[in-house]
Amino acid sequence: MMNDRISLAHGDGGEMAHQLIQEVFVKNFGHYEQARLDSALISLETSKVAVSTDSFVVKPIFFKGGNIGKLAIAGTINDLAVSGAIPKYITAGFIIEEGFSISELNTIVKTMAEEAVKAGVKIVSGDTKVVERGSVDGIYINTTGIGIIEDNISLDPSKIEAGDSIVISGTIGDHGIAILTERGELGIMTDLNSDCASLNHMIFEVLQSRSNVKIMRDPTRGGLATTLVEICEDFNISMEIAEELLPIKKEVQGACDILGFEPIYLANEGKVIFIVSNEDEEKVLSILKKFEIGKNAKVIGKVIEKGKGQLLLKTNIGNTRRLSRLSGLMLPRIC
Amino acid sequence: MQEILDISFDPILSRKMLERVKEIALEYKEKYGRNPAIMEVCGSHTMALARSGIKKELKDYVRLISGPGCPVCVTDQKSIDAMIELSFGENRIICTFGDMIRVPGTNYSLMKAKTEGKDIRVIYSPVDAIEIAKKNPTKEVIFLGIGFETTIPVLVVALKMADEEGIKNFSMWLSTKLVEPILRTLLETKEVKVDGFLLPGHVSIILGKNSYQYLIDEYNVPGVISGFQPVEMLNGIYKLIKILISEDPIIENDHRKIVTNEGNTSAQKLMDKYLQLCDEAWRGIGVIPKSGLDLRPEHSHLNAKEKFKIIVGEPRKTKCRCGEIIRGLISPEECSLFTKACNPLNPIGPCMVSSEGTCAAYYQYMREE
Repeated sequence: MMNDRISLAHGDGGEMAHQLIQEVFVKNFGHYEQARLDSALISLETSKVAVSTDSFVVKPIFFKGGNIGKLAIAGTINDLAVSGAIPKYITAGFIIEEGFSISELNTIVKTMAEEAVKAGVKIVSGDTKVVERGSVDGIYINTTGIGIIEDNISLDPSKIEAGDSIVISGTIGDHGIAILTERGELGIMTDLNSDCASLNHMIFEVLQSRSNVKIMRDPTRGGLATTLVEICEDFNISMEIAEELLPIKKEVQGACDILGFEPIYLANEGKVIFIVSNEDEEKVLSILKKFEIGKNAKVIGKVIEKGKGQLLLKTNIGNTRRLSRLSGLMLPRIC
Repeated sequence: MQEILDISFDPILSRKMLERVKEIALEYKEKYGRNPAIMEVCGSHTMALARSGIKKELKDYVRLISGPGCPVCVTDQKSIDAMIELSFGENRIICTFGDMIRVPGTNYSLMKAKTEGKDIRVIYSPVDAIEIAKKNPTKEVIFLGIGFETTIPVLVVALKMADEEGIKNFSMWLSTKLVEPILRTLLETKEVKVDGFLLPGHVSIILGKNSYQYLIDEYNVPGVISGFQPVEMLNGIYKLIKILISEDPIIENDHRKIVTNEGNTSAQKLMDKYLQLCDEAWRGIGVIPKSGLDLRPEHSHLNAKEKFKIIVGEPRKTKCRCGEIIRGLISPEECSLFTKACNPLNPIGPCMVSSEGTCAAYYQYMREE
């Protein structure tokens, strides 16, 4: 079966669909007691639940440092984790193009299972649809995650105040450049891995440390700058980050110089931003640095005032300019 | 190379350099009673100067004028309309660099045509268009070849490939521009006072330092060839002002590790094999004789202008002042459309679209509010 390709019959609910589910999905994901009816039945010991959904259409499907499956699990887990939740269960929906390699599908599903185990979540419900060739580009995955929020966790962005520190858990722009170069259209090659990773264990430890964290966000599409602009506008605070403090890998900066991109606008898939009271920044940093995915964590700036809702960048030459959302497409320059 | 990059990024060095530039600019002002006027020829410099904060920081010390060196911006409206019209033909695949796709034509943009189902593809290297042509033998594949001397050699590599491999369904719509004729035009019309030029490192890799000698011999205007990192640009501006004060104009190569005196002669030869001088229309300026390169007659089978007859009317006039911005006459804030009717999501003119456009640079990096 692994040498075969997906046919429309794999999505018709009949014998072949059953085979695919058994040999690919059940084999990798397991078959938990929660998943034996048409819906997954779960019990949660909490009064507060977090739910998040995300669809994944990344191209290429396989890239250095991960694949669409890893992204689909880590992406949803991170959305839950930055909301202060402990991710518990996840569902996965697949839309697959006719002709897609079953062995590649198996690799993707296996990666999802491994990432779920690593993150300590159970995949309890799923769905597969097959569509005609050309209707989708290979495979799209949707995941929905459910997490619990423990009673002692309270993130309160309204308590953000001047002097609070902005901490990022590592280098920025890795995923963006890894994907762009992997597409092979840019004529540059790097050995750069995507930073795609589940952040929930690291975030859990920070929260358990009782550090005074006001808000967490994961800077995915739109990058660090767009995420911080949103925080500034949503909570009407002004922040300043310093160009010289930004952790950027040389490969990322080099590729950006050639292509005319800015690392602060490039996507990350394994990074988290904390806004934390100034006195707790060291505590947060020391926890992050215990983790491989947090070893390059840094303070990159601070909240400067309430009101205005602006994000400022202190440039290397010492003046400041206002950063806005990424506008228009990220088009490379031509000369 | 890595070491060069690291020094260029050094914030402490950048700040020291900035102070030195301010000091020498004040020295200039003391001597001549006004700030030195320096034109950064290239759009990449405009972008880098704005992004790094240098433009803002030097505002009261040096008059930095954005020059004509953004290929999308200087392409005249009629050429843009023609390229968009080209995409309407049946059985065609239009390949283009990303910047072109959102440039507004009189009625359409390539983006709009793409949304409506025309096969328009953004590619990063013209050679990719050859691959597309091979994979689609029943379709005509046309690459929109715009650019200055930095880009032209890359275009010619694709032309050479198509020529040597005998690919029949590939052609290029060229609208290329040359640095020398536009600098001469700016200096001769004297609309804007330029004391010296900050010359782009990457164009100079192809052209070589010697190619700028006419600036000295005929116009007595010095220039410094500079890279794009903050320290490099500051050093370039510093050296240029120093040359101005010395009143002994020269072309200084401040990018010596990469730019030679003669430039890239094999690229020059290759360009000469396929292309010849042609008259080109520039936005806001009009036709400048022998200011671009187009295919030689013996390679007309690769020339999309020969293959497809495209007729477009006179473009509609708008209040867009891109033409004056390209000539260095006004800065974006002086245009009534800037940030109001014209912004990156709804650009009225190409200077707001291009990632090297002056308006885009001011919008993204120089707005106070």
